Amino acid sequence: MRTMLKGIAASDGVVCGQVYRLVDPDLTVHRRAITNLDNEVNRFHQALEAAVSDVEAIKTRATKNLGTESAQVFSAHIVMLKDPELTTRVDAQIRDQQLNAEVALANVVQAYEHSFAGLTDNPYMQERITDLHDVTKRVTAHLLRVPLPDLALVDHPVIVVTHDLIPSDTVSVNPRYILGFITDLGGRTSHSSILARSMALPAVVGTKTATTQLTNGEMVILNGTHGQVMVDPDADELAKARTTMHQRTVNQKRLNRLRHHGTVSQDGVGVTLAANIGTAQDLPSILKNGAEAVGLMRTEFLYMDAAELPSEDDQFDVYKQVLTALAPRPVVIRTLDIGGDKPLPYLKHKPETNPFMGDRAIRQSLTHQNVFRSQLRALLRASAFGNLRIMFPMIATLDEFRQAKAIYDDERSALTVAQVPMGHVKIGMMVEVPAAALLADRFAQEVDFMSIGTNDLIGYTMAADRTNQDVAYLYQPYHPAILRLVNRVITAGHSAGIPVAMCGEMAGDPIAVPLLLGMGLDEFSMGAGSILKTRRLISQLNAHDLQALVETALNSASTSQEVITMVQAAVPDLLKS
Amino acid sequence: MEKREFHITAETGIHARPATLLVQSASKFNSEVSLQYQDKSVNLKSIMGVMSLGVGQNAEITITADGDDEADAMTAVAETLKKEGLSD
Repeated sequence: MRTMLKGIAASDGVVCGQVYRLVDPDLTVHRRAITNLDNEVNRFHQALEAAVSDVEAIKTRATKNLGTESAQVFSAHIVMLKDPELTTRVDAQIRDQQLNAEVALANVVQAYEHSFAGLTDNPYMQERITDLHDVTKRVTAHLLRVPLPDLALVDHPVIVVTHDLIPSDTVSVNPRYILGFITDLGGRTSHSSILARSMALPAVVGTKTATTQLTNGEMVILNGTHGQVMVDPDADELAKARTTMHQRTVNQKRLNRLRHHGTVSQDGVGVTLAANIGTAQDLPSILKNGAEAVGLMRTEFLYMDAAELPSEDDQFDVYKQVLTALAPRPVVIRTLDIGGDKPLPYLKHKPETNPFMGDRAIRQSLTHQNVFRSQLRALLRASAFGNLRIMFPMIATLDEFRQAKAIYDDERSALTVAQVPMGHVKIGMMVEVPAAALLADRFAQEVDFMSIGTNDLIGYTMAADRTNQDVAYLYQPYHPAILRLVNRVITAGHSAGIPVAMCGEMAGDPIAVPLLLGMGLDEFSMGAGSILKTRRLISQLNAHDLQALVETALNSASTSQEVITMVQAAVPDLLKS
Repeated sequence: MEKREFHITAETGIHARPATLLVQSASKFNSEVSLQYQDKSVNLKSIMGVMSLGVGQNAEITITADGDDEADAMTAVAETLKKEGLSD
């Protein structure tokens, strides 16, 4: 009996393949009576060796994907597994107390935890305890004979099924073997979805039950366009899915011809189609998809993937790599946008009842100036290698922008005195707080550019948390209230003679694109997979004619649905494919 | 037996990355290599041991190597300390 799982369509595409569950197995350990102590010690040593060989494989993969520097954490894990003191202590527990290996290991880890607990002034030590748990978990899994999954250990094409994809999961992905993602949690704008789109892989998120309903090796058809997963399909359905996949390939080949073209509307209005990226890993994909610029480089992953605060030099290397790859095309890099919802272990962060409205992004940068300044120095040093634009996230008041800019000027002067080579850098802001959108005309007098971050702008305007599935219906990019704010920002930018970009999901949305083109948006920045489709769409639109559509949508639409109907009526043929 | 003292200059002390590299270089040798800090001494081939000391900036540490390849072991460890900017 075949079943259908429903979720949220997070990343386009249809794919069929076998399930790979990226879910931690139950690793509860129980005390058992041991008769043969030598055997038990051997069993422990074999599990250790198996764990070392797993981590070696993960490290090799991570080195390939991210470079030697980022794979460093796995070297630390291997050194931990090979720690002679740890081994001796576990051996002794097994022999002296006739304990089974799982329990002996758990006791030793707990003892380390106690001895490290005293070093509270040192965040690195606390982080090492997390590492110790991570690596010994793998040993325990081998002892219990349950596989501990890791994407680096996948050696054939699979569809990954997990609770929620986190950035560090993808560190060890071999892109050849990952067909798509299915998750329990998340919405269209959650990190799982953003990651899937940046890898141009189909994904269905927010299924709630995928990890409990799907078993390893089970065949499924994942439809990321409709947000559906068909479990155990029959031959007909598989054939149908394969035809769809084939059509997509043909379609993609046709789209690929637009790769080296500019983006120009039917009536000759040129705009920039840019890509959103999270790491340097995304570069091949965005260049392949014809990005004309990077409209948003998120820098959170640099911090979230690291075990400790990334050094200025580590950051410099990444920024330089991206700027060099794109030069002379512009790259907009957003300074750290982190808060209580994704706290960093090495940055002390007070628990907050409402992290999305708490101490995050530019607010945190202004209070943790050492982190902010080191990022700005790394950016400034990298600016010599390309066309850099720096963008501050979550600006609510002019005062915040002025403070951030003053810190930037300060660091720039210091580097100038030190005769460090630097390029010309434009300084702009994200417009994602409604207050900033309403006051865009004042901001436009002081910033070099503005970029509308629609995910948060919609969230804050509609007062709905984008990750809460119960209120996900309020995420309405075409709502007239949102359109009025967006239009206000574009108009304010143009009156002041500065360019306005959009770097939220909305910029690649086929219903929103005609409206944004009609409003005169200068740059559309999106996930790599949407670029060519949007370029084709824009080439078929008449920007001048769309101004009438914009007028009607702004002045006489009351609901999202009315806007959708208006757009569909204005450009009836284009939105089908 | 080889014995040398070092002054830790790095702002972050002996944290994750350099500790891993120190252990890796000590582990290449047969000699027993140990690290003394304040009144404690640990096996320099044990990452958990090294970590448990929490060696910070301006710490004075002593490294000893004892065995058939003690001189080489000391040279390798001293080189790692220097290369990682931990000590002069």
